[in-house]
Amino acid sequence: MLNYIIKRIGIAIPTLLILIAVTFYLMHAAPGGPFTSEKPLPPQVLANIEAKYGLDQPIWRQMTTYLWGILTEFDFGPSYKYHSRTVNEIIGQGFPITLKYGFWSFVVAISVGISLGAIAAIRKNTWVDYFAVGVSIGAQVLPNFVMAPLLIIVFTLWLGWLPGGGWHGGDWEYLVMPVIALSTSYMASIARITRSSMLEVLNANYIRTARAKGLPTKTIFFRHVFKPSLLPVISYLGPAFVGLITGSVLIDIFFSTGGMGYFFVNAAFNRDYAVMMGITILVGALTILFSLIVDLLYAWIDPKIRY
Amino acid sequence: MSFLEVKNLNVEFNTADGIVRAVNNVSFSLEEGEILAIVGESGSGKSQTVFAMMGLLDQNGRATGSVKFEDQEILNLSISELNLIRSEKIAMIFQDPMTSLNPYMKVSEQMTEVLIHHKGLSKTDAIQQSISMLDAVQIPEARNLIRMYPHEFSGGMRQRVMIAMSLLCNPKLLIADEPTTALDVTVQAQIMHLLSDIQKEFGTSIILITHDLGVVAGNSDDTLVMYGGQVMEIATTELIYARPSHPYTQGLISAVPRLDDNADKLKTIQGNPPDAMLDPVGCPFSPRCKFSQDICSTQTPELLETGGNNHFRACHVAFEELL
Amino acid sequence: MIVANKNKIVKLAENLATEEQTSGRSLWADARTRFIRNKAAITSLVILVLIVLFSFVGPYFAVWTYEQIDWNTMGSAATLGMPSIETGHYFGTDDLGRDLYSRVIQGTQISLMVGIVGATIAVVVGTLYGATSGYIGGRTDQIMMRIVDILMAIPFMFVLILLLVVFGRSIIMLFVGIGLLSWLDMSRIVRGQTLNLKNKEFIEAAQATGVSDYKIIMRHIVPNLLGIVAVYATLLVPGIIIAESFISFLGLGVQEPKTSWGALISEGAGTINYDTEWQLLVPLSFFIVTLFCIYFIGDGLRDALDPKER
Repeated sequence: MLNYIIKRIGIAIPTLLILIAVTFYLMHAAPGGPFTSEKPLPPQVLANIEAKYGLDQPIWRQMTTYLWGILTEFDFGPSYKYHSRTVNEIIGQGFPITLKYGFWSFVVAISVGISLGAIAAIRKNTWVDYFAVGVSIGAQVLPNFVMAPLLIIVFTLWLGWLPGGGWHGGDWEYLVMPVIALSTSYMASIARITRSSMLEVLNANYIRTARAKGLPTKTIFFRHVFKPSLLPVISYLGPAFVGLITGSVLIDIFFSTGGMGYFFVNAAFNRDYAVMMGITILVGALTILFSLIVDLLYAWIDPKIRY
Repeated sequence: MSFLEVKNLNVEFNTADGIVRAVNNVSFSLEEGEILAIVGESGSGKSQTVFAMMGLLDQNGRATGSVKFEDQEILNLSISELNLIRSEKIAMIFQDPMTSLNPYMKVSEQMTEVLIHHKGLSKTDAIQQSISMLDAVQIPEARNLIRMYPHEFSGGMRQRVMIAMSLLCNPKLLIADEPTTALDVTVQAQIMHLLSDIQKEFGTSIILITHDLGVVAGNSDDTLVMYGGQVMEIATTELIYARPSHPYTQGLISAVPRLDDNADKLKTIQGNPPDAMLDPVGCPFSPRCKFSQDICSTQTPELLETGGNNHFRACHVAFEELL
Repeated sequence: MIVANKNKIVKLAENLATEEQTSGRSLWADARTRFIRNKAAITSLVILVLIVLFSFVGPYFAVWTYEQIDWNTMGSAATLGMPSIETGHYFGTDDLGRDLYSRVIQGTQISLMVGIVGATIAVVVGTLYGATSGYIGGRTDQIMMRIVDILMAIPFMFVLILLLVVFGRSIIMLFVGIGLLSWLDMSRIVRGQTLNLKNKEFIEAAQATGVSDYKIIMRHIVPNLLGIVAVYATLLVPGIIIAESFISFLGLGVQEPKTSWGALISEGAGTINYDTEWQLLVPLSFFIVTLFCIYFIGDGLRDALDPKER
């Protein structure tokens, strides 16, 4: 087990380095630097600014400095646009917000998705199944950017129950719509995956053995059916995580929640490369960490995985 | 009173292509302590016959008729009633020991849950009993191996685990559904040996399902031959071999290859198994039978006694003509 | 059975081979019957074909082009820009007074094209990569799959946004980016399937009886691979359409005056406060109905081609 973890971390580190190198290179390959604007600055001023941000150094030098800053002090450098702020401050402001609604979206997607899929599988070909399948198929064509305006139309404009945006420290009424909008399509995918894998497990020979052993249906379900059915769901958690984090960009724009996505898109339009790079790398690191956790979880459930 | 009495058992499946009749009008009985072999090719309905008895048919399956175990009707009981019989009175082992054991649970967990549920044992007692049962089926170092997962065992060992698991509650009847089909020939012999030892030691009755007549020979008291979901012939195993009285049984026996045979061609029974989609009219074997007469394709032959000794056969053609 | 004489085995095998064969239905004929019997899939196919036809034939019935501004309705979209046959704005106008009917057709063309081109890129790259990796096996396979693992952990949407910002918005960049975003899963699936097939008994049996490699590939490997590739490719299209719409929604996709579903939905969503629901609901309906249809077709294909379901 320990070997396996070490091996997985051994893959994670080069992955992260490649990600950093690629984003860094992309930034600097861009035609026009971050400080070229419509009104050209005097050359002396531009040179001063570039020197301040270390842009006059050779690119490998810039990259190692940047990397060193991240590794030693977890420092992503200064923002190119908000001159008084560092990337760390910006991330520090947006990340907790993203984390909060992202966490709840994840919880909702998993718990509702698995329950829905399991109920559909157990009651296969009854109206409960048709209902659950209908909901999950329906929800799959409702990605976050479709859900968000629909939710606002219904709950804000028609019913007037919920505020159309804002964060206010994450009070529940500001949390509900972002969480639903973000989680719906992943909930649907998880429900579909659970249903089909559970149907497969229910048809497995070892479930017939369990029935022949005279075990009560409940015991069979929780001891024999549940765990193996979850394996495909677990492998889906990685992509779902990436999807949720990507979706947060849109949630921040639509509901003005002020999370990391807001700063990312802002930076994108302002060509604030430092912020974009910082966020991309942070998201990449999180993704890698998460896929490590998922792999370990998988190995823990499936004894056939060799470490 | 009979130990096990199956009367007019029918099994149907509702499929997308229509109704499939897997078992038609099967009747037989079994006395305590005996071994009955059910022989037939794939799709002859032999497995579905015993699945129906145990209430293990797939969801789209339906069974009618009667199955009496110790004078109690057990066909189509509710799950909670069935669960008082499964394991405790009738236990079952399956064809493929790899897929029939749960690959995600340790052998110990899979065995102890039977004892904990049916006998109310504590976990430690259940482990002790499971280990001694594994010893009984000659698994070496059972104390250590019980903590392992099924995929860490060889095929023969897995089937031994299955057998040990089925015997935990000391059932009166053991149903073995092709227990040796997925195993190597040498391991087959060991497993068959083990089953007959169990029968002698515990007095357990056994229904042995197989498509291999070679397995039947030394290991059963009675033999039932099935074809197309129907009983073709039933008699003591000795009689089946000495005086096969049904064209299908004769074909099966002559298809067993022999060392002393110099023929260039394997003996086969010409033609294909019947389509279970169609309503059974006449004898299911008649299209492939070289003795077939007009009546064979229009009227289903009844299972009638021939020559005494509880030797029954379902054939329109007189026994003498088959020789 | 123990047979000492080797010639005898050969003879026996020949005899078995010449024995009358069961006339089985072929996999594809079988799949077609099952697909046709699947009402949801067939209905979806019909609707999808109608939508595609509409995107080609539709422009001939348009009164306005997609970039033309109707100055009468501009600024008063909520009252004058309502969907109406008289004004020629069958689906109403957008906020700038442009004809939504023509714009939806334009958006449908772009979105479907992105979906198909993106899926094609993903299928070609993924299949080649996966099949190579699985077929060669060994160390090469390990390295190639490690690379996929590494790429999987990269948040591509962020990188794609980065690319679009750095190199400027262009439809080529969008195609390439989204295609490259989607081939990873495909390559894994194809590799797994190839590995699986390589060790299957029926391949070994075919090799043992002296069937040529070419025949084995054409008759055993390709048909088995084709099914899963077709199913996965179908299910890939909606994902890519969603990805494109997402980018367009953020305003980084196709450039004005050209448009796509994502951009139209975004514009419609931006004006939901002004009583112009059609601006959201029309493109949204096209988006949802099309995605529904593709999902149902993909499901139907999978059910039809997956022999496990029999």
